[in-house]
Amino acid sequence: MSNSDVNSNARHPRRLHPLPVRIMHWTNAVAVLIMITSGWKIYNDEVIFGWLHFPEAITLGKWAQHGLQWHFLGMWIFALNGIAYLTYGIFSGRFKQKLFPLSVRDIIATVGDALTFRLKHDDLTHYNAVQKMLYLGIILVGILTVLSGLTIWKPVQFSELTALFYDFQTARLVHFLCMTAFVLFLVVHVALALLVPQSLLAMLTGGPKLEDGPSIATDATEIKATN
Amino acid sequence: MSIRTPTSSIFRPAKGVDQGALKANQSLVDDINRRNVLRGAVSLGALSMLTGCDVSEADSVQSVLRAVSYWNDRVQAAIFRPGHLAPTYSEAQVVKPPRFNAYYDVEDVKPLDGATWKLELAGLIADKRAWTAQQIYELPEQELIVKHICVEGWDYIGQWSGVSLRKFLERIGADLTAKYIAFKCADDYTESIDMATALHPQTILATKYAKQTIADPFGFPLRLRMGTKLGFKNAKWITAIEVTNTFPDTFWHKQGFNWFAGI
Repeated sequence: MSNSDVNSNARHPRRLHPLPVRIMHWTNAVAVLIMITSGWKIYNDEVIFGWLHFPEAITLGKWAQHGLQWHFLGMWIFALNGIAYLTYGIFSGRFKQKLFPLSVRDIIATVGDALTFRLKHDDLTHYNAVQKMLYLGIILVGILTVLSGLTIWKPVQFSELTALFYDFQTARLVHFLCMTAFVLFLVVHVALALLVPQSLLAMLTGGPKLEDGPSIATDATEIKATN
Repeated sequence: MSIRTPTSSIFRPAKGVDQGALKANQSLVDDINRRNVLRGAVSLGALSMLTGCDVSEADSVQSVLRAVSYWNDRVQAAIFRPGHLAPTYSEAQVVKPPRFNAYYDVEDVKPLDGATWKLELAGLIADKRAWTAQQIYELPEQELIVKHICVEGWDYIGQWSGVSLRKFLERIGADLTAKYIAFKCADDYTESIDMATALHPQTILATKYAKQTIADPFGFPLRLRMGTKLGFKNAKWITAIEVTNTFPDTFWHKQGFNWFAGI
């Protein structure tokens, strides 16, 4: 093990996904699955849209109270892990390094590349503009989920927060829409992770080693995607 | 087996671990069968997939979920703001009649006879004499136009009046330092609340809805109405009140709902 590895710090991570990121990612994955499936159980007890009931087989908890029990367990995991992740992302410089800069022009260019099959996945260490937008977006949705969830949980104790969402029912609707955003994100995120298995593997093993600069992938040739 | 040199960390001792410990416990380490651990994890996952065999019902899972629910009771008590009021609304916004909620359908409500009904008192109370409906209805009234929020997610604005629970507790000489107020109801429903909520300015023993005597389905002759708890905590058809320091378990809590159920 080289000396530079030992001296590595957050600005120069040894791996694409340092261990804390991997732990928080999979903790979050479990928390989000608990929250979504138990949330469906709670939703089914009093639906917002008459045409929408979630199949009981894909909900968590036998009865509504068990769905609530899971939801109020999952909320601690989701919120505490989320706070740890935001703190880490901000203070390690990871957010700044991975998610910025982000411009509308880059997003349009990336979408254009994707539609003409010119989008490259050969460098896992560099997020394209659409990835940046989605990762940044889901972080903001996560924050909104917690705020709307707090409002539903304590509309009177946090009545100032309730006023921000207009009232209890609008907070409930926002919470539902946040869930929808999470489900859509998950569909895209999981589909792409399976299409580019190296990215899934990287979130388990840490991925390619990074040497001097954060955006230089020395192993880029080894992890060239199949497409 | 080769041991990798660990990276430096403030959480790790400067000196390495004595390798002798590994040799001494070699048989124990060998015994940790990775395949069995994986098999166990997969079985647990498969268990949750089986329809009709819900993992929430397993005793071990329930004990964890209930422990978290108790923890959530404590968190809710800690963040409860005794002087903070629930938003109030205008008479024009009041929904008439109120929305029914109970553990059975509205057709199964058994109306009480106001003439023979009595409110029994028990526990840490100086004057335990029972009250008639007539006596209760003569007490000074407080009006409350607040939202009823159900644990299911629906809500409506209701207009309730009746004696402040704090004033009633003071009048009967209840120990206001006790932990719980328990309610027994004519339909065998049981409910209990924390003292902080009992003393909250928006907690009343309601006798009227929209200025009229409460109708049978909504708790005649006496019900609890709180601006700071979920709908189901508001006991209806109350027949007895007890002030106690021993946790009085409740109808919905026994079935897994959170006890504090504050909003």
